[in-house]
This record gives sequence, structure tokens and C-alpha cells, in this order.
Amino acid sequence: MTIEPDKFDEMLRTADLPRDPYKAYHEWFSGEDVKDLRKKSRQAEEFFRRIGITFNVYGQQEAQERLIPFDIVPRIIAAKEWQHLERGIKQRVRALNAFLKDIYHRQEIIRAGRVPKHLIAQNEAFLPEMMGVCPPGGIYTHIVGTDLVRTGENEFFVLEDNARTPSGVSYMLENRETMLQMFPELFTQLNVRPVSSYPQRLRRSLSQSAPDCANGKPMVAVLTPGIHNSAYFEHAFLADQMGAELVESHDLQIVDGRVAMRTTQGYTPIDVLYRRVDDEYLDPLTFNPDSLLGVPGIMDVYRAGRITLANAPGTGIADDKALYSYMPDIVEFYTGEKAILKNVPTWRCSEEDSLKYVLDNLAELVVKEVHGSGGYGMLVGPAASKKEIREFEKKLRAKPGNYIAQPTLALSTVPILTNAGLAPRHVDLRPFVLMSPKSIDIVPGGLTRVALKKGSLVVNSSQGGGTKDTWVLGD
Amino acid sequence: MMLGKTAGGLYWMFRYLERAENTARLLEAGWRMALTKSDAGENEWESILSTTGSAASYTAKFENVEPAQVIDFLLRDKDNPSSVLSTIEAARSNARMVRTALSSEVWEATNECWMAVKKVLARPVSQRNLYDTLTAIRFRASVVRGALHGTMLRNDIFAFSRLGTFLERADNTARILDVKYYVLLPSAADVGSDIDNVQWEVILRSVSADTAYRWLNGGELTPTGIAEFLMLDDRMPRSLIFCYTNINRQLDRLAKEYGTRHPSHELAHKICDRLNNAVIEQVVDDGLHEFLQSSIADTAQLAGTIQSDFRFFE
Repeated sequence: MTIEPDKFDEMLRTADLPRDPYKAYHEWFSGEDVKDLRKKSRQAEEFFRRIGITFNVYGQQEAQERLIPFDIVPRIIAAKEWQHLERGIKQRVRALNAFLKDIYHRQEIIRAGRVPKHLIAQNEAFLPEMMGVCPPGGIYTHIVGTDLVRTGENEFFVLEDNARTPSGVSYMLENRETMLQMFPELFTQLNVRPVSSYPQRLRRSLSQSAPDCANGKPMVAVLTPGIHNSAYFEHAFLADQMGAELVESHDLQIVDGRVAMRTTQGYTPIDVLYRRVDDEYLDPLTFNPDSLLGVPGIMDVYRAGRITLANAPGTGIADDKALYSYMPDIVEFYTGEKAILKNVPTWRCSEEDSLKYVLDNLAELVVKEVHGSGGYGMLVGPAASKKEIREFEKKLRAKPGNYIAQPTLALSTVPILTNAGLAPRHVDLRPFVLMSPKSIDIVPGGLTRVALKKGSLVVNSSQGGGTKDTWVLGD
Repeated sequence: MMLGKTAGGLYWMFRYLERAENTARLLEAGWRMALTKSDAGENEWESILSTTGSAASYTAKFENVEPAQVIDFLLRDKDNPSSVLSTIEAARSNARMVRTALSSEVWEATNECWMAVKKVLARPVSQRNLYDTLTAIRFRASVVRGALHGTMLRNDIFAFSRLGTFLERADNTARILDVKYYVLLPSAADVGSDIDNVQWEVILRSVSADTAYRWLNGGELTPTGIAEFLMLDDRMPRSLIFCYTNINRQLDRLAKEYGTRHPSHELAHKICDRLNNAVIEQVVDDGLHEFLQSSIADTAQLAGTIQSDFRFFE
């Protein structure tokens, strides 16, 4: 493999000298035939299709169910690197939860002048309906997926805090399952920490967050928009693995002041609802009167503290891109410590000086919509044509408050297997964090997304990204 | 504890699988009949369309009953909700909905069945490939059934799955007989002619019972014998009585598990008793057609009662 000198490759220091965490893997790989490995790769694809790990792409009738491409070269993280990440992520999630509690109650951080009021009050992700509501156990962010990128040996950055309903954990689990089946010998040679306990840990964490009215073993259910949702496989998978019920909104009704599901024997109350639907589809009475989805009255039950919603409504304000640049302050304000994990330097286009800088340097920057997600509506300056940049400039001038800009990071690469052997591709990492009143828990691993196109920085599955198994090594 | 929606999903998943299999069997019977090159062979396609309940949707789309067109309509037409492709897709879609109630073997078998059927039905199937295609469809459906029997707990999940299978099957067997009831009447003029023999063969084949019938009857085909075999013989797995005995058993399982009896229990017992007390000569005298019609109506009523007793819908 040729090494690009300006980019950090996580596996290789030079063309044939591996970095420490990859030593054993690299040695094993050198003894393998690329053709055989390509065959394994195709087997993996068959395996995914057979068990139905597919996702739906909106607006593509024919190719409705697609596979996310899986690359068989693992992404390996050393024990020490992980310890650092784990501490940093836990600190960040603790701060996010404290921030939400504050924003929906006394708003001390605004009074202290650390976060401007208009960013909250005029933000669509802020839910006034949540003001003064106390979620059971004081937990807002039961599940967080923190997106991390790397640029060098000890250089990790948080790119995004996904505090609404982060997805992708089923890929973390199934990718590992696939690797175990295909390369059992590697797991006997390397000390890879297991991730398979995630569903049990999720169940435990959700149960610990149950409201007081739950007696005995809390009833946990997963709320899905249904089989046509792009992440349906994951909803079914998690419900199955946790031993929880998988419900849709039309299975639910308010009975005797509780949220209850229609069973073959009548209505049974639910204590914890792990909802995988957006806020606006939760309760047509509170949020979206036109919605056919949702459970009328569920918010009243929630306000009365008789059901746990995971995550709480209104958590979107914490992972909003407009607030992202304030995260170092937010962490410090609530934890009293400096943020362990770095933020990517960010220009807020709403500020005049920043806007000027961004406009002058569009060709070098990544510009994102404040409310965008899935890699849509963003400009990657170095990869854009002059025409694209000119068009983007118009949008930016028209509504500068709608955008933030960041330098184009030299994201680290991890090799993927191509017909010609290994080739470097850019990656990110999303570990999954579980928070309950009793603990913050992270399974050692996560979802590594990889941009399969040479040189591309966009890792989203909707735009040609793939995934890798992520190996966190034990001590 | 089970969601009403899940119970309904399981029930429909297995109804659709059974339906796909039945349509494949009917097509095979029709294809064999067509090989005899008789007039009966031509009419056979019309019978098949009525048996599958697709006659109206077919004539809405096509003018003439052309064998190749009928085959294509019943196998792969997306406008036909009863085509094999449509029913397998519906079965798989229900399986996806109830994924958490299925063992991974059952889910994977269903998913593989769908992938395989989609592949063999991607293009129109030529006469030459028809037999292999139908065999493949039946094989795939059998794998799902095998996985169900080999890996699932005998609880309410199993009961609702089996209820779907047997209600669909009872309906199908009654329809096959009803569409052809006239060839089973002793008063038909040329009893024992070659034509009738072919017709009777087709009836037996369309429920995969030709060999079984010969084992039991030493090769002698009689119309009442066939009618009795398909309605009242409890050894025959597609007979009405076999279906209803099993429906009863599954409903009793649910009553035991849930500790409650519903109107559907009484109804199923009533239907079962009637079949148990029936004597074929009497049935034929009183009117075979009427008996089959009321059997079809009973099945529909029981299906509706089960759906509301177990809260499939709100």
C-alpha cells in the first residue's frame, strides 16, 4: 500500500511497517492470499443479505433494500487510546445531560452568559413543552452516539454529539459476529474486547431509568415507526436481543394514566419506552396535530412521571450544530473540568468576522447546515467545483445564521481491501454510550464508518459509506 | 405476553406462505392437465383462476384466458395480490414485522425464500422451466415450515402461526372441491370416462394427494371416494377435518395459556363437530356444493372472530 505522507494511516507507519496495535493483524494479513480474502468478503455480503441487515433508501423504489457495504479489514484501537476516549466521552455525556436539565429548568448557563439566549430560544430543536418537566431519574440522554475523528497519533476530535436517537449499534454487533465467523483464528491471537453484551447492558440501563410506578421487573418496549423505516432492522434486532416488545404507535394507548400496549389479552402498561421515532411524531396532541403517528396523550403521562422516554424529548438542543462550538464551555461549566476531548475549531457564520473569514476561504473549509444531518446540505470546499462553491456562497450569504464552518481535517485513514490489495480510506468512529441514574456505561467498540471512494471524506451510508468492525484491544 | 399486532402478523405470515404454496400446487396441476391436450385442459386455467379467487382481477386486465398469461398472472403479477410473488412478499413483510417473535432460523428461511422466489420470478417463466420453478417455490416454503417445527416453542406464537396455515388450507381445499364439485357428483353423465379420470387426478394433485389416495384405495378412483378423502379423512393433512382438528387444537392451546375462552373457541368446536358427524353419502345427497359453500363461509367467519378475539386490530 502506498502511504500518503500528509495523512495519518492508523495501520501503517510506512509502506510495510505497521503501527503497534496492528502488528499482529498485519503479520497475519501478510500470510493471506488477497484472492481468498476477497472471497470471504463476498461471503460476508451473502451473510448480511440472508439475515436481512438491510437499510431502506428514501426515494429509491427499485433498490429499496440495500446493504451497507462491509469491509473485512478491522479498525483497531489500542487499550490506552480507548481509555482516553472513554474518559473523554463519559465526561462529555455527563455534561450534555446536565446541560439539558439546566436548559429545561433554571437556565443557569444562559444567566452566566456562557451560551447566548437566542441560540436556545429561537432554536427549533428546543422544545418549550419540556420546560419544567422532570424525566424519571433525571436522565435525558439514555443513549448517545459520539462521533469522533482522528488526525494523528493522539489527536482525536468530537465531530458531533448524537443525543437524539443515534443509530448504527446493530452494525457494531453484526459486524463483530461476521468477523468471528469468518476469522476465528484472529480472535485467538489478538486480545479483542467483546461487544456482545451491549443489548443486555442497554436493557439494564433502561430498566435502571424506569419511573417509580414500575414495580418489579420494568416493562421495556422499543417504539419503531414501522417496517418501512430505514433503521427498522436495528429496531427489531435490539428489541429481540433485549427481550423487549417491539411496538408501533398504533399498538399504544393511554389506559388509566399509563402508556399501555394492546396484547392478545388486553392492555399492559409500559414503564420504559426506547423510542426510535422523532420528537414530532411522539404525541399529536402536543407536537404535530397533523401526524397520524404518535400516541395521543403520551406527553401527559410523561409529565406525570409515569413513563420513561429514552431519549427524553427535546434532547436535540444538545447536539445542535449551532451549539456545538460552545461544547468546551458547556463541559467546563457543568463538570468544572477542562474538556478531555477536543472540539473541531468552528466558525459561527452568524458572527460577522467569522462569516467574512469563511467567505474568503470557502475552498478550504467544510461548511455545514446547522440543522442538517446525514451528510446532506454540506459543502466540502477542497472537493467542490468552482460552480458549486459559487452556488453555496449565495445560500450562505442569504442565511448566514444557518451555517457553521470548520477546517477540512486531514482525517485518519484505515486500509480497506480492494481487488489490488490494501488501500487507505478515511474513517470516523461512533461509540455508543448508555446513561442511567446509576452509571455511564460504554461498550468497548463502536461503529467505524469508512468512505469507500478514494479521497472522499463523506462516510454516511446514504452517500457511499461502508462500515468496519472496530476492535478495542485489552491491556 | 404478546402484542395483538404480532399475533396478527404471525397469522398472516403463515396464511400467505400457505397461499403461495397452494397456488404453486394448482399451477402444477394445471400444467399437467394442459399436457393432455384435451378441452378440459383449456378450461382448467379458468378453474384455477376461480379457485385462487383471481378470476375478476384477471378479466379486468386481460381479455382471453391464455395459458401463458394465466401462469404469469398467478406467478409474478404485482397487480394480482394472490400471485406467488405478491404473497411471498406479503409473508416476508409480515415476518419482518414480527421478527422478534421468530427464531432466527424461521426468519432466515423466510428471508431466503423471498430472495430465491424473487430471483426465479424476476423474468417470465417459460413452459420448459415451469416445473422446476414450482418445485423451487414449494421447496422454499417447506424449509420455513421445517424451521418452524424444529426451532419454535409450542406457545402462543406457534398457535397463531398454525392457525394462519390451517385456516388458509381449509379455505383452499374447500374452494378446489367447490370449483370442481360437478365432476364429483355421481349423477354426472359419463362417470368413469377418461375426461373425468383426468379431472379427478387434477383435484388430487392440486392438494398433493394423488399418491396418498392410491395407497389407501388401491388405485380405484371414485367421485365420492375423492370427496370423502378431501373432506372427512383425518389422516389426510389437507382435508377439511384435518385442518379443523388442528385449528381446534391451537385454539385450545391458547385457551389454556391465557386462561380464557372466546367466541372463536365455541365456533371452531361447532364446525369440527359438524365435520366429525358428517357422512359423505348424506353430504352428497343434501348437496355437495351447499356443504362446501357453507364450509367456506364458516372459515371466513371463524377467521374474523379470531382476529377480534385476540385483538389483531384496534
